[in-house]
Amino acid sequence: MAEVDLTGVGKVYPDGTRAVTDLNLHVADGEFLVLVGPSGCGKTTALRMVAGLEDISEGSVTIGGRVVNRVPARDRDVAMVFQSYALYPHLSVRDNIGFGLSLRKVPKAEIREKVDRAADILGLTDHLARKPRNLSGGQRQRVAMGRAIVREPQAFLMDEPLSNLDAKLRVQMRAEIARIQRDLGVTTIYVTHDQTEAMTLGDRVAVMKKGELQQVAPPQELYDRPANLFVAGFIGSPAMNLLKGTLSGDAANPRLEIGGQTLALAGEVLTGHPALASYFGRDVVVGIRPEDMEDAELVDAPDGTTLTSSADLVEAMGSDVLVHFAVEAGQVVTEDTKELARDAGTDVLGGLEAPHTVLVARFSPRTRVKVGDPVTVRVDTGRLHFFDIESGASIWGSDAGPTREDEG
Amino acid sequence: MTNGKAAGTRTEPGGATASGAAGAPRRGVASRIVGRLGGGFVQAMLVLIALFWLVPTIGLLVASLRSTQDNAASGWWTVFTRPTELTFGAYSALLEKDDFVDSFWNTIMITVPSTVLVVVIASLAAYAFAWMEFPGRDWLFLAVVALLVVPVQVALIPVAKLYGRVDVGGFTMFGSVTGVVLFHVAFGLPFAIFLLRNFFAAIPRDLLEAARMDGGSEWTIFRRVIFPLGGPAIASLGIFQFLWVWNDLLVALVFADTGSQPMTKWLQSQMRQFTGNIDILAPGAFLSLIVPLAVFFAFQRYFVQGVLAGSVK
Repeated sequence: MAEVDLTGVGKVYPDGTRAVTDLNLHVADGEFLVLVGPSGCGKTTALRMVAGLEDISEGSVTIGGRVVNRVPARDRDVAMVFQSYALYPHLSVRDNIGFGLSLRKVPKAEIREKVDRAADILGLTDHLARKPRNLSGGQRQRVAMGRAIVREPQAFLMDEPLSNLDAKLRVQMRAEIARIQRDLGVTTIYVTHDQTEAMTLGDRVAVMKKGELQQVAPPQELYDRPANLFVAGFIGSPAMNLLKGTLSGDAANPRLEIGGQTLALAGEVLTGHPALASYFGRDVVVGIRPEDMEDAELVDAPDGTTLTSSADLVEAMGSDVLVHFAVEAGQVVTEDTKELARDAGTDVLGGLEAPHTVLVARFSPRTRVKVGDPVTVRVDTGRLHFFDIESGASIWGSDAGPTREDEG
Repeated sequence: MTNGKAAGTRTEPGGATASGAAGAPRRGVASRIVGRLGGGFVQAMLVLIALFWLVPTIGLLVASLRSTQDNAASGWWTVFTRPTELTFGAYSALLEKDDFVDSFWNTIMITVPSTVLVVVIASLAAYAFAWMEFPGRDWLFLAVVALLVVPVQVALIPVAKLYGRVDVGGFTMFGSVTGVVLFHVAFGLPFAIFLLRNFFAAIPRDLLEAARMDGGSEWTIFRRVIFPLGGPAIASLGIFQFLWVWNDLLVALVFADTGSQPMTKWLQSQMRQFTGNIDILAPGAFLSLIVPLAVFFAFQRYFVQGVLAGSVK
């Protein structure tokens, strides 16, 4: 068990492609750090540099106080769980798990004992004699975990270990990984593109975009105080609604104009976001989480806290109802939102059409809204997010908010 | 398979394209013919062809078991209509000939090292070509592939001249078993490396990286992961190389002398121009056939499909 430090780490491939830029991360002893981001954001490359499977072009990686830039993978004393599991097909489960120990010339009896213990933790005891091809996906995943556990390494590195499992099994294994990591207390770096996994597993979550670190924070802080548009849009499901709005009024009576409708902002908004004071009369990006909106018929909805529209689409999820509706506010088209749209596989509409943004609200299942119905949406104005329209950075106080760590 | 069929249907003018467009299952002409003929007929044909191929071997076996007189008097097939006394006389006579036994021994001395050396060197080289980074790797591999097209005949005279000059303390390369082995190894390697590299390259990278993370050096990864997984390819290469060298006559004729000659060359030297010498050729040829057969059956259990099943995903 050890601390892992990345200092100014960068990766440039021989053909000039840059995968990671100036990555600074500190992973504390026993911490579970999740690296998350859309595909191609450099998170796997970063992990592979820690593992020693990829050369480090810039900066340094330190594991347990030792700079490992020039240490080959086999001597770094870290274990990796691969996305594909990478089990040795010609070896039994027992030999797969014990492979690393037998390479290190650990006595046979000791290997046996350690493999038995790991198999016990993972519930593999009955399958030790089998070959990987006779195992189910979930069991293979466990064997891959076992191979890492049994070595008692300084750190676990996991590269999307659950992405090949079906949804139900994924939830189950997710809980299991969390339990095992907590029991063993081994420093873990976990790469995923799934923000639910990131939020549920990580002590802290590091969000990356195009090789650059956007924000590192505990999951709840990431959700409550995203540092910029990208983090705001990436964390949370359904994603935060982002739209253009204009801040009007004055400090005593701040108002937000959204596509011809007005939201009155509570006084505490300015206390919570002191920096907002300099944005009066200017356009800002407004972020509204779906869960901060509710059907106005179900709750107390004072004037100035509602938006009206008509429901374009109603998705009943059982536990709640997702209502899609449009407002005549401009879409936010920045580099961040383009990247988010690319990840989601959708296109950001250009500014050619009339201002039009589709919002998603998460209503209580008691709502009676049907497709095509007019809908009045109550917005929890105290929980709005504001972003600078130019830089995409979150607007907090001058010192209150986390800053974008790698601007430039 | 499916791709090929689909592409074939697309390029075909007329009926096939029309049926494809109509949404009917796309099937190539060949597969439809096979389907119509049915499995039974095809199997019967296969058995017939196999029997046809076996006829000379059966003839050889029968002839080797008949006495010289019988062989001289009638053809081997008469054994079915008019059973004659079969005898191992020809075999025992052959095994009493010292020069035959020597040549049998020479064949083994040539074939075994030629096969082992080729398999060992080629698998190491193939691993390096497939998985190790070093400057000029791809160019070197291209050179190896280019060597595949060099025919053995081109090299006979230059190598013979070269061997003639090697004379270390009374040991002459020309005419020695070592010389024959070296020639076989040199000409076996390009194909062996080519075959194994392509097989090794198909092993998922994750497996090697997992072994590296588990603490494996290049040598351990080769020995404990690549070599066991390469089993089928290595076994088939071993069998091919063994058969080529075992059955080789040309190289032996050029480079071996009477002391180092293998069976093929000895048998060839027993051919007389006018009188039949079936009493030597038949049992000799049959003895030279048994060993490769044994090798084949010993190694065929390594031809396993799906060795990589369960490793990734």
